[in-house]
Amino acid sequence: MSSQRWMALVLRFYVVVFFAYLFLPLLVMAAATFNDSRFPTVTPWGGTTLKWFGELAADSGMWQALTNSALVAAGVLLLAVPIGIATALFLNTVSSRAKPFLYALILSPLLTPGVIIGISTLIFWRQLGVGGGIFLTVLGQATFIAAYVMLMVTARLQRFDRTMERAALDLGATQWQMFRRILLPYLKPAILSAAVIAFLQSFENYNTSLFVVGYDTTLTVYIASKVRTGLTPAVNALGLILILVTVLLAVIYEVKRRRETARSVKGV
Amino acid sequence: MFRQLAVRFGSPLAVAIVALLGLWLIVMVTLPQLQMIDYSLRPNLLPAQQGGAEDGWTLANYATLFANDIHRAIFFKTLWSSVLVTLLTLGVSYPLAWYLAKVATPRQAALCILLLIIPFWINEILRTYSWFIILAFRGPLNEVLMMLGLIDRPIRFLNGDGGVMVGMVYAYILFMVFPVYNAIESLDDNQVRAARDLGAGTLRTHRRIVIPHAKPGIATGCIMTFMLAAGSYAVPALLGSPGSRWFTQIIYNWFFEGGNWNQGAAYAFLLLVLCIGFMSLVMKVFKVGLGDIAK
Repeated sequence: MSSQRWMALVLRFYVVVFFAYLFLPLLVMAAATFNDSRFPTVTPWGGTTLKWFGELAADSGMWQALTNSALVAAGVLLLAVPIGIATALFLNTVSSRAKPFLYALILSPLLTPGVIIGISTLIFWRQLGVGGGIFLTVLGQATFIAAYVMLMVTARLQRFDRTMERAALDLGATQWQMFRRILLPYLKPAILSAAVIAFLQSFENYNTSLFVVGYDTTLTVYIASKVRTGLTPAVNALGLILILVTVLLAVIYEVKRRRETARSVKGV
Repeated sequence: MFRQLAVRFGSPLAVAIVALLGLWLIVMVTLPQLQMIDYSLRPNLLPAQQGGAEDGWTLANYATLFANDIHRAIFFKTLWSSVLVTLLTLGVSYPLAWYLAKVATPRQAALCILLLIIPFWINEILRTYSWFIILAFRGPLNEVLMMLGLIDRPIRFLNGDGGVMVGMVYAYILFMVFPVYNAIESLDDNQVRAARDLGAGTLRTHRRIVIPHAKPGIATGCIMTFMLAAGSYAVPALLGSPGSRWFTQIIYNWFFEGGNWNQGAAYAFLLLVLCIGFMSLVMKVFKVGLGDIAK
């Protein structure tokens, strides 16, 4: 018994160390933003300053990259969300001997390294005379993000009570009305969550974008190139802002998701 | 298949569904991959020579890897290091997944999961960059170690594969924690209690009860982590040095510095084969199917 209690104590200690390991690096990076030093570090501390935020705001390359990232993310949403929904509906409706093969093909983008999706997209479109840029970045990213959307929509679709569908049709609704009034509203929470995830996945993507951005540098590609050439704490200022925005989004998303789960549990 | 869709949704919607699915699976997934393989089998020719006598399928681009000692060494180093990253990540994640699933109270677990999700949402580049600051020659880690008197002189952490591996474990850990956690959580507590009552120690309980049950989760975590590690470009680019290049960096150079896309395509395909090979091996060893992975 005492050995078990001892193990429990070790485990608790491990969990604390684990979370320290998870968050300390991010804190160090955030702290380096405010250090008055030409190179991003926290040792030695050269005094506290806010000048790197000003430097960042004056960086036109950063603003251009941010605009590109936003355009790409919007394009990915427009492409990946409809594809993901369509695929979920397809898998939920069809039964066929070809289904296991199709399912493997549908999941394959999730199990393919991002660089390879970028490379194959780049090669394929070169044959058609299209070079790297925002258009190809959207296509490359949407290739695997659509699979994430499909998984999230499928998870909700599996819990759909199909008697509702039949009732609507029996009461004289057309198939389109049933889809528009019954199925789509039911799927809405999953579609919204999937859209948030798709947006973030796109915004943060590096491996696929690296090969297909051409001269339309996105924000992540821009940050990586800054780290390797011309590194100043302005990169940290950008990182800190992105982290704060992300954390805010993550918390809102989690709180909403939990409220919805609680509601659906009560509903049953 | 189309008829089943048309019966449920009506023809116009069924056409839209099939069109979107076809656009994705044919134009975005399959054709680009086939084109990449075709490219990898052709010599790198000037536009004028294309379609000429020299334009035909050849394995020359694949032979390059085996003829070039440096590239071959980097290929195998990428393989072994990715396996090592996967095992390290599993080792670090397992105790946490166990804690979250079976030891923590529901409130503690909910808080921990929220804390885990936050860094998961933060960009891979930024997470890697934070280690770049910590491991720098005049960075905080060296300062702390010197203050404690453990070392006399700063260490060059960013000079070999060590820094790259630390960065990768950090970047991909959550792809391991979540599947393993989900798998352990579905284990019936009574089984663990029964094993204890029958006299099994902690290690034995895990080896005989928990790990066999968590197999699908462990397999999923390992496949994802290996794929991300072997396919990583950001981590070695930021935390590595010229002496510790990753296979993805060689591929990148063929495209954007060497200007030989055919050669790059062959290397990219080899990387894909590596990942598929690892995945098949893990699925076979753990006896899990594709359906278990998507969960």
